[in-house]
Amino acid sequence: MIRSTPLVRAGALILLAALGGGAALAQQKLVPAQSEISFVSKQMGVPVEGRFKKFDAQIAFDPAKPQTGKIAFTVDIASATLGAPEPDSELPKAEWFNTAKFPQATFQSSTIKALGGGKFEVAGKLAIKGASQDAVIPVTLTANGATTVAAGSFTLKRLAYKIGEKEWADTSMVADDVQVKFKLALTGVGKF
Amino acid sequence: MNTVPASRRYTGFAMLLHWVLALALVGMFAMGLYMADLPFSPARLKLYNWHKWAGVTVLILSVLRLLWRLTHRPPALPQAVTLAMPGWQMAAYQATHVLMYALFFAVPLIGWAYSSAAGFPIVLFGVLPLPDFVSADKALSELIKPWHEASAFALTALVVVHVGAALKHQWIDKDGLLTRMLPGGR
Repeated sequence: MIRSTPLVRAGALILLAALGGGAALAQQKLVPAQSEISFVSKQMGVPVEGRFKKFDAQIAFDPAKPQTGKIAFTVDIASATLGAPEPDSELPKAEWFNTAKFPQATFQSSTIKALGGGKFEVAGKLAIKGASQDAVIPVTLTANGATTVAAGSFTLKRLAYKIGEKEWADTSMVADDVQVKFKLALTGVGKF
Repeated sequence: MNTVPASRRYTGFAMLLHWVLALALVGMFAMGLYMADLPFSPARLKLYNWHKWAGVTVLILSVLRLLWRLTHRPPALPQAVTLAMPGWQMAAYQATHVLMYALFFAVPLIGWAYSSAAGFPIVLFGVLPLPDFVSADKALSELIKPWHEASAFALTALVVVHVGAALKHQWIDKDGLLTRMLPGGR
């Protein structure tokens, strides 16, 4: 019989955590090279697509127990590109993203709801340019070999985040609705 | 000054297309020159989109005009005029018209291709998305860009020749040729 010394108890806890909690607490890892976050804004009806080149995620998510999951996201705003040098030199400016003052956009989940069939609804706070807004983001998981792809899209109101101020606040020029699309390759996601 | 009989004049519809497009081409050329040097601003964005919408409208009117031209024989030059024209003038007259018609299509089509290649598909009047006949490709757009400009300058040069020739007939030859394209029964 093993006596219940503090050391043994601590050892048992670690063992328990490793065995029982392993699947739930394991950190999933983002594979940036296979991931993309893009956005589509409409300029006088013309869809213009851009993307962020740098972003990272901290994900602790067990598909079997989605409600216990936590998803935190950071996007390096200065990495935004529309694929043309002219607008790209405008994006960091104060009236657009003001990247000098707000270099990162963040998302922090509050609740994750499973909708079945690999579909989830992630609610949380989306903070861009110093403004924080509630956001509900639909996510669909698809197994892709060793990785799991989390994909989805949602629409945000750019003016709620003051993206495009002064003369650019005119929604007849640039629509308020901006569609954000993401495709994130993750490793370490369990079965769903 | 001679007057040209009604049968020797262009039809009302041909005159309408001629003058509407004449105004449009002058306006588009000036607009293109002006907007290309504007800094990034809502004004620039607005002008670019208006320029594209107007360009597509010019293209559509040019199709209509070509169809009209192919189905309605334009009035022949008065014999007095043709007899007075040296061979090179006749050749220039033919060539100017053929080239202008070619550029009525080429200039807007190249502009459309440039817009598509640059990644900005044209949405006519902000509501009707037009298809891209070239794909978005930065390198390709840089390749196309000077051709929109060059073809527009070529068309403008031809318009100058055309107007110059018309005015020469009007003021130097005084043969009344211009009245063929002027509305009203003068």
